[in-house]
Amino acid sequence: MTLAIETKNLRKEFDENVAVRGLTLQVQQGEVFGFLGPNGAGKTTSIKMLLGLVAPTSGSAALLGAPLGDRAARAKMGFLPEHFRFHDWLSAQEFLQLHGRLYGMNAARLCQRIDELLELVGLTPFRDKQLRTFSKGMLQRIGLAQALLNDPALVFLDEPTSGLDPVGRRLVRDIIADLKRRGTTIFLNSHLLSEVEITCDRVAFIKHGEVIRVSELKTLVNGATSVTVRAHGLTPQVLAGLGKWGKDLRADGNQITLTVADESALPALNRYLVAQNVEVYALTPQHLSLEDLFIQIVGTDGGL
Amino acid sequence: MPTFIIARLTFLEAVRRRILLAAFLLGVAFLLLYSFGFYMMRQEVSRPGATSEVGSALLKSGLDNFLTLAGLYAVNFLAIAMGALVSADTLAGEISSGTIQALVTKPLRRAEIVLGKWLGFAGLLALYLGLMVGGVMAVAYALDGYVVPNVWNGIALIYLETLLIMTVTLLCSSMISTLATGGVIFGLYGIAFIGGWVEQFGALLQNQAAVNIGIVSSLIIPSEALWRRAAYEMTPPIAQVLGVSFSGPMLTVSVPSEMMIWYAGVYLIVALVLGVRAFASRDL
Repeated sequence: MTLAIETKNLRKEFDENVAVRGLTLQVQQGEVFGFLGPNGAGKTTSIKMLLGLVAPTSGSAALLGAPLGDRAARAKMGFLPEHFRFHDWLSAQEFLQLHGRLYGMNAARLCQRIDELLELVGLTPFRDKQLRTFSKGMLQRIGLAQALLNDPALVFLDEPTSGLDPVGRRLVRDIIADLKRRGTTIFLNSHLLSEVEITCDRVAFIKHGEVIRVSELKTLVNGATSVTVRAHGLTPQVLAGLGKWGKDLRADGNQITLTVADESALPALNRYLVAQNVEVYALTPQHLSLEDLFIQIVGTDGGL
Repeated sequence: MPTFIIARLTFLEAVRRRILLAAFLLGVAFLLLYSFGFYMMRQEVSRPGATSEVGSALLKSGLDNFLTLAGLYAVNFLAIAMGALVSADTLAGEISSGTIQALVTKPLRRAEIVLGKWLGFAGLLALYLGLMVGGVMAVAYALDGYVVPNVWNGIALIYLETLLIMTVTLLCSSMISTLATGGVIFGLYGIAFIGGWVEQFGALLQNQAAVNIGIVSSLIIPSEALWRRAAYEMTPPIAQVLGVSFSGPMLTVSVPSEMMIWYAGVYLIVALVLGVRAFASRDL
């Protein structure tokens, strides 16, 4: 199967600055792919290169099997820009008509699609209102509808929930889940890691214009587990022996905390403690949040 | 056809933002004032005993021509200003606000956006010029049954001039900010305007150096030369033979050649091509 997105050493220099050093990435079709990184890491420039807004200095990329800028491939793509600034003197319906026509959609299908999408994003009552009267959240919703007009195979969402209240965020999450069910590939750039944690299959971490890690979200989040043990009889010998089960050991009286490679290590850890005559009162695993992992991987310097 | 979708959008924007309405209302105000002025002047000349019979007839047609061209000169300036004002912000503004992003990521060529906008403005200017030139001509015809010679040549030249300024504005707007575009366009207009004066004085005083300065300024931006050619075309043969025709604040004694018209046409096409190319390669 052709990859939805494949980039090889995509690089962008602005005068002296290197915005993206060398982006190499593969996104499978049907994946929800999260693109994470601190501010200034080159995320926006990377997306702009993929969408043909910015020309790469070097490197190559293919979207849906076609080279960058291919118009047939673009007809199968959708894009919600980060700042969702649109021609605000158009009404919601006119705005969707304009973009549908630019996609080359025929009038009947477009008409039907506009009805569906206005309903989907909850803007049907506002279809004849000019966009200038819309709130930030409403603009984001109409922008999302615009990105889905052509029933795209690949959608780029740049911060799709930044302007939304909890209800709106839930809506976007549901829309993403629905698109995923239908096999749409989604490239999601978001700062809201809790959102990413819920919606994404895989994530890439980018720093200083380079991908520093790509991982399945499941193994990433489920993998590293921090465990807290409350027990009596934790002798120094026992503690020394714990090094074999995990790292980052911290002991505080009757309580110890350590990080194990994954959850399956826990029963063996318990057996070890019992065999050493330790009285275990509680053994509590805690998954690291994506936020913790983000800080671990990217570092607290924020990539500056 | 993405080009026509963008052209329609450009036209619609002028309507929605009330640019067209404002231009229309002010245009009507201008025509009312103009017709009042025309009427008053006519009254003055046809007062009994003002001149002899023959003198009166000559003066009459001369005055009609003078007043019509004066009206067209004002319209010409208004159309240029309109062309520059509506197109200065179009690409630069959409790039800085970000509205361009949802457009260029659609399955179209960037060239189609520039050409579509150009077509939209060309339509807008045609409508505006049609109203204003038609209005001025209608006033002369209604009050005195007067029609300037070579009407269509004149209108075509004025339209070419406004298209030229609009195209150069669009070119600047594809490369630099709205304010910088405005600065460049008014600078160019200033060069053309002053160059035209220097050329006329040079011709009057038979100073070749001054005439050459005028020609060079016309080569930098041939807009004013197009107006002077239009004014010459719309001047009666007798005045042409005498080598004078009305050209705004002064008479045209040095007439731009036919070559200059071709030069302006090529200039326009080159500016449009450069604008398309600049926008196509720009990082947005």
